[in-house]
Amino acid sequence: MSADIDIDHVTIRFGDFVAVKDVSLKIAGGEFFSILGPSGCGKTTILRTVSGFLAPTAGTVRIGGKDMAGVGPNKRPTALIFQNLALFPLMSVAENIGYGLRVRGVPGKERRRKADELLSLVALPGSGDKRIGELSGGQKQRVAIARALAVEPQVLLLDEPLSALDLRLRQHMRTELRAIQKRVGVTFIYITHDQGEALTMSDRVAVMNHGVVEQVGDGHAVYDSPATPFVASFVGENNGVSGRISAVADGFAQIDTALGSLKGRAGAGLEPGAAATLFVRPERLRPAAEGIAAMVSATAFEGHLTHVGLSCADGHSLTMSLGRDIGAHALTPGAEVRIGYNPAEAIVLRQEAR
Amino acid sequence: MSNAFTAYLIFLGPLVVVLGFVIASMLQRRGAGVVEPGFFERNGAGLATFLILAVGFWALVMIVLPQLYLIDYSFHPKLPPSQRGGPRDIYTLANYRYFLFGSPNDTSQWNATHLNAFWITILVSMIITIANFAICYPLAYYMAQVARPKIVARLMLLLVVPYFINEILRAFAFLVMFGTGGLINDILVGLGLIHERIDFIGVDVALYAGLTYAYVLIMMFPLYNAIESLDRNQVEAARDLGAPWWHIHWFVVLPHAKPGVASGATLVFMLCAGALAAPLILGGPKTLWFTPIVYDRFFQAFNWPQGAAYALMLLAACMAFVLIVMRLFKVSLSEIAR
Ligand SMILES: Nc1ncnc2c1ncn2[C@@H]1O[C@H](COP(=O)(O)OP(=O)(O)OP(=O)(O)O)[C@@H](O)[C@H]1O
Ligand SMILES: [Mg+2]
Repeated sequence: MSADIDIDHVTIRFGDFVAVKDVSLKIAGGEFFSILGPSGCGKTTILRTVSGFLAPTAGTVRIGGKDMAGVGPNKRPTALIFQNLALFPLMSVAENIGYGLRVRGVPGKERRRKADELLSLVALPGSGDKRIGELSGGQKQRVAIARALAVEPQVLLLDEPLSALDLRLRQHMRTELRAIQKRVGVTFIYITHDQGEALTMSDRVAVMNHGVVEQVGDGHAVYDSPATPFVASFVGENNGVSGRISAVADGFAQIDTALGSLKGRAGAGLEPGAAATLFVRPERLRPAAEGIAAMVSATAFEGHLTHVGLSCADGHSLTMSLGRDIGAHALTPGAEVRIGYNPAEAIVLRQEAR
Repeated sequence: MSNAFTAYLIFLGPLVVVLGFVIASMLQRRGAGVVEPGFFERNGAGLATFLILAVGFWALVMIVLPQLYLIDYSFHPKLPPSQRGGPRDIYTLANYRYFLFGSPNDTSQWNATHLNAFWITILVSMIITIANFAICYPLAYYMAQVARPKIVARLMLLLVVPYFINEILRAFAFLVMFGTGGLINDILVGLGLIHERIDFIGVDVALYAGLTYAYVLIMMFPLYNAIESLDRNQVEAARDLGAPWWHIHWFVVLPHAKPGVASGATLVFMLCAGALAAPLILGGPKTLWFTPIVYDRFFQAFNWPQGAAYALMLLAACMAFVLIVMRLFKVSLSEIAR
């Protein structure tokens, strides 16, 4: 069973410090929802509020339509997987998984059966009698998931559970987690500061910064149509060129910058004269017959891509990523080139008034 | 034991210890495939030898030898110095017989006074240990897991400051407080809760309170350390899985803190059973505590062998008790020492 979650205008303060500012999120039952943001932006704080360890200073959290105010963490239909997993090291794997059931008075045999069942679900069959200390990082990870699933939560909250793993294991666990979520059909709220993780696993992503949700959408929306300069530069690599809007027409904006007058899709709230930034992704830049004048400053070969560092007028630098089929080898440091892009693949966003 | 033998023991003992260390480390090296830097490599040969010599000397002279002397003593009769080593200086169980039966040779009657004191000392020490645990656990948990660092520092100070005052003075303070004309009686009478003043000292309330208070810190610190090392997320994880508070304490916090509980309880129990000053000062006229009896054997009866036997009985009983309890709770010695 899965429940929808309604975070309704939630604000959380610690003393004078506002950790989460008027956040509203509606998460559908069975959805894999990620919250993405830099360290300290309030992700854990939101999760702890949903799981009941923190009470919102203002606003309401509803799970399955029920207001959760005054409901303790032990009474909520949520299960939290901690940033450091927090397995019980003195209990065996099966005892860890069975802990929530033990609390509920389930007899030992039944607990063991359930634990074994969950262990095969997370692809760790037969390790019920192992000690926690005998497990590898990825195995601990799975035990933590099994322990949380054992109490049959309607919502599973995961706080950067993969951050302690090495890259290869992390990538493996991403697919694994996604598969587990599909199998059990529980609502997942997944927290991460790794945009790759958020984009590959989630149905939808919320991008947060400084306690504010800047954009909510699926991976494509967040990556291709960022709503704010922060989202544009935080999600994936991006080149930003700042300037002033000279014209807006037909969904495109013309912007005067140090690199000349550039064109891109217009974001919301643009008007001539406004301060704005044009964002164009490195993989959208191409050598062209005419365009921005630049000099190659460095190249970095990464197998399928070659990253070319460019220095342009006024000390601006850009990065261009080229696939193998484009002659990147001609671009040696010091070479003079001209760079172009398709304006439909660049976006002009209004600079936030701060 | 002859003097020459003792001298050999003192000077050769540490050498034996050093040799033992070297051999043990070599054996261990051979057994384990991994070669870690040994004690000697880590500290340098000179320093390592000195350390082992010093520790060996200390352990032998300060701990092992006196106990050996005591054991030896307890099996001898009481004799004037001139007759020691003479024909009448034989090995005998008379001192132990006296402890059990109140006479060196008549075994028809139990030595009720001393035996009672012995059991009561052990029983009350047990109760005081439990009381100390009951007092310290909530406080230690609060300080280690809940309170902010600032408050913890203040609480620590509050806990420690009273111990700046000498133990004997503290005992006298309790005497004054619990006396018939003392503060507690004043308050109880003032509140109208009692009409006749209670003789707290006569019924040993003052003694038990004083003993409990004397060892609070000794329970507190191991307990605090143990609970402090528990990851706070584990408590929250248990709560998130639906556990009520008592369940969390019983199945998550206490198992983690078990070594701390064990070492605190062992220390409090041993110190309490061996306490001398507090029973002497706070004990009423009819108080039964074993250590004053031992003291009397030595310094009133001037019967050192008997005193030694009594002291050993107490030591043995305490150690046996502690070992049994540790076995019951499945704690190992090394865990306690941790
Ligand atoms: N109990 C607290 N008291 C005071 N401030 C807090 C408390 N908990 C969090 N904060 C502050 O709130 C902000 C958000 O914290 P939070 O733990 O939610 O960040 P996060 O997004 O999870 O970061 P990370 O990715 O590093 O885990 C931080 O600036 C933090 O200092
Ligand atoms: Mg966090």
